[in-house]
Amino acid sequence: MNDAEDAITRAYRDEWARVVAGLTRRFGNLDLAEEAAAEAFATAVARWPADGVPPNPGAWLTTTANRKGIDRLRRENQRDAKHKEALMVSDNAPTESNGVIEDDRLRLIFTCCHPSLAMENRVALTLRMIGGLTMPEIARAFLVPENTMGQRITRAKAKIKAARIPYRIPSAADLPGRVSGVLAVLFLVFNEGYLATGPGTGPVRADLTAEAIRLTRLVRALMPEDGEVAGLLALMLLTEARRTARISVDGELIPLDEQKRGAWNPALIAEGHRLVRERLTAAAAGQVPGRYQILAAIGAVHTSARDIRDTDWSQVLALYDQLVNVDPSPIIALNRAIAVAELDGPEVALVIVDRLETELNGYHAFHATRAELLRRLGRSQDARAAYDKAIDLAGNTAETANLTRRRDQLQ
Amino acid sequence: MQYLVSVIDDMSTPGSSDKRPGISAFNERLIADGYWVFAGGLANPDAATVIDNRGEQQVISDGPFVESKEYLAGLWVWEAPDLDAALTLAAEASKVCDRKIEVRPFA
Repeated sequence: MNDAEDAITRAYRDEWARVVAGLTRRFGNLDLAEEAAAEAFATAVARWPADGVPPNPGAWLTTTANRKGIDRLRRENQRDAKHKEALMVSDNAPTESNGVIEDDRLRLIFTCCHPSLAMENRVALTLRMIGGLTMPEIARAFLVPENTMGQRITRAKAKIKAARIPYRIPSAADLPGRVSGVLAVLFLVFNEGYLATGPGTGPVRADLTAEAIRLTRLVRALMPEDGEVAGLLALMLLTEARRTARISVDGELIPLDEQKRGAWNPALIAEGHRLVRERLTAAAAGQVPGRYQILAAIGAVHTSARDIRDTDWSQVLALYDQLVNVDPSPIIALNRAIAVAELDGPEVALVIVDRLETELNGYHAFHATRAELLRRLGRSQDARAAYDKAIDLAGNTAETANLTRRRDQLQ
Repeated sequence: MQYLVSVIDDMSTPGSSDKRPGISAFNERLIADGYWVFAGGLANPDAATVIDNRGEQQVISDGPFVESKEYLAGLWVWEAPDLDAALTLAAEASKVCDRKIEVRPFA
């Protein structure tokens, strides 16, 4: 009984995207693909405990889902119309040999993350079609009512159909631009897990960070040559490695300098470092690293230090300088200032931070950073005011708890 | 699949005006490559008239059906295999016209 349940759980994680993607190619209709896949898994739940787990669960599910899809077409008694539609939507042209790996799941990822879909719809659709998360799970993760999430997914599917968003991997020329959209979706999922927002939710959603890593691993397996995919995976692993050390038992955020480094996950760090080294080799060979690779390299510097005092801040600053060139956003400038504070002192850093005020006044981390710098400069009153602003703006419960304690410690 | 491709101009920051030679060349390519169905530039929205004959008496009003800063300056109808193909052309059209372009499929 338990074996069957385990097998179903495993098959769901491993095979859901493959089954949905294969059905999408066959029937050219996302709704039909999703419904038929769901029926196949429901059949597995009913049958496997009694009949035993089939020797090849993936093949069993694919065959069953295909049959369910055909049944569904018949049952709806619109076979001809649907078939025509399926033929119209599916890409029957011979596969273009443009050197890009062909995989149904990769096509599905690019379809769900098409740039003509609103970002929140891309996230919802990706989690549903590729992650296999249920509607309530996705809604809970992003703190929106279930019907809102349902509408997003419905709207995205409807647009794919009406506007004829193709089910295919973009051409080699479009690929770099399109991958960045896919990575943005995955990073958004990860960050929502890592720094969950809202007063009613826990500070960390390990299920979401795990899902983001799983999906990024999938993209990495499908596109092993892409440097930014490797960079994002490394960044997630090195961030995830610190997750358990980051929140105290009381649910308070523990900043990097106070974390117990022995509690970091060594396996994830080793894997992340391996990926960063791989990208360093590529950079040495002339490949210009993008923002995820640089962020991962910064994560690698932090996770290389056994103690906060051993942190190679000049290396961190050099990487931030590089990052500013790639992404000149004020948030990057703010994070760079934290490294400046370690090297040149809080006074120099504060000058840099204060220059960002107009752009970042509504961002809690701006005020939190200012508060820390003002504290170190002994300007308690100013620090208190900055903490107050940061607390007002922070959405993560662990962060709020940490900021409140820091403020209340001030003399 | 046919797409309505709208050229969007803006009252406050209009695109540079005479793009006709570039647009003509672009149109010729659309025709040669089999995408072209129809195209036309429109007169200013001030020249529009709205007629509503759903009630007992028809009502005629001067001006476009919706007043907004942005307005439709021209349109194409393209035949394209999918949205990606239409978007690639639209990106070019936006450059050629120096204006925003909306791509919308026919139902």
